[in-house]
Amino acid sequence: MTLDADTILSVRDLKTWFVTHRMTAKAVDGVTFDLKRGETLAVVGESGSGKSVTSLSIMGLLSRPGAIAGGSILFRDRKERVHDLAAFGPKDFRKIRGREIAMIFQEPMTSLNPLYTVGDQIGEMIALHEPVSRSEARSRALEMLRLVEIPDAASRLDDYPHQMSGGMRQRVMIAMALACGPSLLIADEPTTALDVTIQAQILDLLRRLQEQFGMSILFITHNLGVVAEIAHNVVVMYGGRVVEQAPVNDLFAHQRHPYTKGLLACTPNATRDISPDGERQALYSIPGSVPPITALPPGCAFEPRCKFALKACREAPPPLVSAGVGFSRCIRSAEL
Amino acid sequence: MSAAAQRLPDQNQPASAEQPVLLSVEGLTKHFPGRGGRIVHAVEDVSFEVRKGATVGLVGESGSGKTTAGRSILRLVEPSAGKAVFDGVDLFSLTPREMRPYRRRLQIVFQDPFSSLNPRMRIAAIIGEALDARGFPRGRKRAERVAELLTLVGLSPDHATRFPHEFSGGQRQRIGIARALAVEPEFIVADEPVSALDVSVQAQVLNLLSELQKSLGLTMLFIAHDLSVVEYLCDEVVVMYLGRVMERGPSRRVYAAPRHPYTKALLATAPIPDPTRRRTHVALHGDIPSPIDPPSGCVFRTRCPLALPACAETIPPVEAVGGGQFVACIRHNENAS
Repeated sequence: MTLDADTILSVRDLKTWFVTHRMTAKAVDGVTFDLKRGETLAVVGESGSGKSVTSLSIMGLLSRPGAIAGGSILFRDRKERVHDLAAFGPKDFRKIRGREIAMIFQEPMTSLNPLYTVGDQIGEMIALHEPVSRSEARSRALEMLRLVEIPDAASRLDDYPHQMSGGMRQRVMIAMALACGPSLLIADEPTTALDVTIQAQILDLLRRLQEQFGMSILFITHNLGVVAEIAHNVVVMYGGRVVEQAPVNDLFAHQRHPYTKGLLACTPNATRDISPDGERQALYSIPGSVPPITALPPGCAFEPRCKFALKACREAPPPLVSAGVGFSRCIRSAEL
Repeated sequence: MSAAAQRLPDQNQPASAEQPVLLSVEGLTKHFPGRGGRIVHAVEDVSFEVRKGATVGLVGESGSGKTTAGRSILRLVEPSAGKAVFDGVDLFSLTPREMRPYRRRLQIVFQDPFSSLNPRMRIAAIIGEALDARGFPRGRKRAERVAELLTLVGLSPDHATRFPHEFSGGQRQRIGIARALAVEPEFIVADEPVSALDVSVQAQVLNLLSELQKSLGLTMLFIAHDLSVVEYLCDEVVVMYLGRVMERGPSRRVYAAPRHPYTKALLATAPIPDPTRRRTHVALHGDIPSPIDPPSGCVFRTRCPLALPACAETIPPVEAVGGGQFVACIRHNENAS
């Protein structure tokens, strides 16, 4: 297992399938990407794209019938040892989760225990991984609350989650995730449930913490605006596969896959979509809807909705090929 | 300035500015009883007008009272005070029986297309139920009408025999729209109709709403938190915060030259899909306060970068600043840009 020195996570040809006696849902089917140390990699996709299953696979949080059916997830720990998380069992994960890799979720309320104070919950996280006394754990928890900029942190330490706003709860989740200084943070739609003004605060906080601690972030989202704000590199997923991958500036400047192109074009933009005389132009739209993962077409998953589709697109799934500075899973990427 | 622009007194006025006012909301207030006898000030003294054929966007963050305002107008929640004058009649003064004909004229499309359709009813029955309410006769005529409505929203007539679970989110939202249109309403409240949909499907539904509005001459109150959607779709915009109107006016004016610090902050924090315009600072600190005990004076002052001691003392009046734009801020003159 070799890993470039500056790479912290390398997902290679990952397959996560949900197999029942009636069907096989290939939620993640051959996903490959690398995350460099200290960088933020955004994984973008809509519902059913496989982005969340990818992150759950990395964390070992899949529940049956979901299981890794192939590929590897190489992760470099703090001591520069490389592990294949795809081969990890529950016991192995316990040593890595929280200490080396931490995760925050979309809805902080369901991830926090309503019966314990936030101070207790952050303290528990620390005590689980490090030999600390109760009072040490408490003062570390307070330090974490200050780090995530919770105002008047000392008095909020004994608050229960329901006494906090959504934004504050997400800050608590971040405090808990970072309490043991993980080198990789997986953030699964961490701002989706928040208002825009709060979202801006959380994105700002994550950027600042990344600068301070140099952690790498795998940021899962469906929002291209958020991607533009936070990512260094971007992976676009559709139908369980990576369809495009590029550094953030290149991706927004020039999309090499019709799906990415469509996603950006269909987000309303008044300067583009309303003519100078005030006439509203119809929005660019992608026809149809995201196919269910159990009924993907045999060729390119995006082919039924694609304006550029050819006969060849229906026959076999296209390979991920070099396109510009990134990669695209489209046989016509050179023309786009 | 071009000759055409000189002839028009204000080129920023939407085309519908000539149209009569169809709905006038005046001093709309809704208080909910809270725990321990306290009062939740969900909507407080909200006023705005909707001209015939126009789309007005009601924007704000969660807790701003935008949804409660929309539902109060339709009396899906009973308002505590104020007026909603629709076509010359104050809807709030009507008895439930008198309200019935207006329930046909004003319809609503809900946010969540998964919970707003009965999973045990076929599409024909879901839309048929709305036709029942209008006293539409049963029989072949009705089937034809259902087919017509499905075609209107871009679905196929043979979808009528299916159940909601057989459809995608976007298709379900189309069914919700068909149901609202079944009674031939004049006015539609669309409560976050695209926020539950995948990005690639949102544009389809926005295009549909825009087309239907044009072809059927609908008037619409569009409730949303997505600023770019509102800018695109709405002729006018009403910005709410903690139950109150902060700013309102023609969308092009408000977006190009916001005069209220809250509107400015909202526009500055909405993420733009352009990594070269990445922001480096947070425009607004803190959280929206509780509507149980809203701040005295201006409700926004606790988060406002421009707040003065005077802002705590009196509720700023909603003042006209020209061009149909209204602002509730004592410092709006300094904000003119």
